[in-house]
Amino acid sequence: MIKFQNITKVYPQNIIAINNVSFDIKEKEFVCIVGRSGAGKTTLLKLLLAIEQPTRGKIFFEGKDISKINSRNLPKFRRKIGAIFQDYKLLPSKTVYENIAYVMELMGRSDREIARETLQILEIVELENRSHNFPNQLSGGEQQRAAIARAIAHRPQLILADEPTGNLDPYHTQDIIRLLKKIHKLGTTVILATHHGEIIDSLKERVVTLEQGEIIRDEEKGRFII
Amino acid sequence: MFTSLKRIFHFGWINFSRNPGPNLAVIFVLVIVISLVTSLYLFQRPAKFLIEAIQKKVDVSVYFKENSSEEEIFKISQQISKIPEVKSTEYISKAEALEKFTERHKEDPVLMESLEELGINPFLASLSIKALDTSSYEGIISFLEKEEFKPLVEKIDYYQKKSVLQKLLFINYQVNKFGIIFSIFLAAIAILVGFSQIQLSLYNSKQEIGTMRLVGASNFFIRGPFIVQGIIIGIFAALITALIFGGALFLLNPKIESFVPGLNLLGFFTGHIFVILLIQIITGVSIGVLASSIAIRKYLKV
Ligand SMILES: Nc1ncnc2c1ncn2[C@@H]1O[C@H](COP(=O)(O)OP(=O)(O)OP(=O)(O)O)[C@@H](O)[C@H]1O
Ligand SMILES: [Mg+2]
Repeated sequence: MIKFQNITKVYPQNIIAINNVSFDIKEKEFVCIVGRSGAGKTTLLKLLLAIEQPTRGKIFFEGKDISKINSRNLPKFRRKIGAIFQDYKLLPSKTVYENIAYVMELMGRSDREIARETLQILEIVELENRSHNFPNQLSGGEQQRAAIARAIAHRPQLILADEPTGNLDPYHTQDIIRLLKKIHKLGTTVILATHHGEIIDSLKERVVTLEQGEIIRDEEKGRFII
Repeated sequence: MFTSLKRIFHFGWINFSRNPGPNLAVIFVLVIVISLVTSLYLFQRPAKFLIEAIQKKVDVSVYFKENSSEEEIFKISQQISKIPEVKSTEYISKAEALEKFTERHKEDPVLMESLEELGINPFLASLSIKALDTSSYEGIISFLEKEEFKPLVEKIDYYQKKSVLQKLLFINYQVNKFGIIFSIFLAAIAILVGFSQIQLSLYNSKQEIGTMRLVGASNFFIRGPFIVQGIIIGIFAALITALIFGGALFLLNPKIESFVPGLNLLGFFTGHIFVILLIQIITGVSIGVLASSIAIRKYLKV
């Protein structure tokens, strides 16, 4: 489903974030991307979302070169992906409920369906009683759960989770991981970037390890070693 | 498509209702502009009223020489009456002219005394001619200036009154011209203020717009709500202005009517309320939309 082909990303001031990386992700796969802080995990996900353009190399999504997607079709492409951003990126002027409903509203789903899905997701991430609060009225962990809810509510084909448990207590961490596993079981491709060792070890899924922008290990049922 | 539009209106309404501060500032400026435009429209009414009133009063007075007889004057009068543009002619004899003068100035003993001392009637007999239309006076006058009337006619008195009328027409024209220029000027200010207010609120939502793009919002969905916000601001400004004008005219109308009898501005306002509302809403909405679309352009290039 996704193919990274000799990807290099050089930021201004010659910062090499990703260095000649190639790997494939199959449909319905669960891939963990691990690596130290600054290894290039977030950059990799940004390239996939076409937020950043690769300096060299190509990324294919369902066989199509994503750099060739024109600006008209870009929104549609991005709606196929549910991204949980490391810094949440909730819409500050919208309530939790509106944040979660937003993507479905963009997609033109019916009001009834949106209400049903949103309420259900709110329950799953245990934010029912915060639904009418604004993001700046939530704790860090609550914001993170709202971000997760927004990413998965419209049932995208692919979920990009960038450190989705960074701000969560062990109880909610387990919950979220269980949720991601369940979504994966239902047929969604999941890419999880994290440096949370225990999670990786317990998942027993494919692990791609990055170091200074290069892949140093890529193992099925991998373990967290950095 | 319909649901998208509905959602964009909903988002626009939320944008509007959640930050009343900057929106009120834009509304305030717009109310001033719309008021001006409305005043220009309403001003037509008293201006027209005054011009008509003066036109009614305009006439040509032909004063006849001391030695001309009434028969001669009547002959001329009959000739004049045959001109199709002439509405009426009225003969004022020397005695009548004196009577009218004493009537007007009976409170003024000095003037009366000097008139008495004079011992004779210094006034001239005259014909007062009214035309159907002000523009025909020129023709009537050239008729009177003909050689055959020269021995009888002392003077033709028209120019004084004409200049009053011309002055009024000129003032009316000037008011309209400057009013329009001033309105355009104010509209430009309103667009600037609206633009900077919206830009300010956009600056705060710059990140938000970025995020909207990341989760897959199209330009239509990002721009739409801001434009709707402009529309809502415009409509509110128009309605507020209409209320202000309605209220002010309701309170002032008795005064205006006592000042200029027969001028019912409130009646004119209520009678033309739809046209006035339309003018106000078009002004408000177009400025609001213009300001917000200029402001958003910059931020769409994320
Ligand atoms: N916009 C940018 N401009 C310049 N350098 C950048 C930019 N974004 C990231 N970098 C650099 O690229 C490298 C990789 O960053 P990236 O965010 O991908 O790391 P990461 O693996 O996600 O780290 P973390 O685990 O801390 O989130 C870092 O050295 C970072 O400083
Ligand atoms: Mg990161």
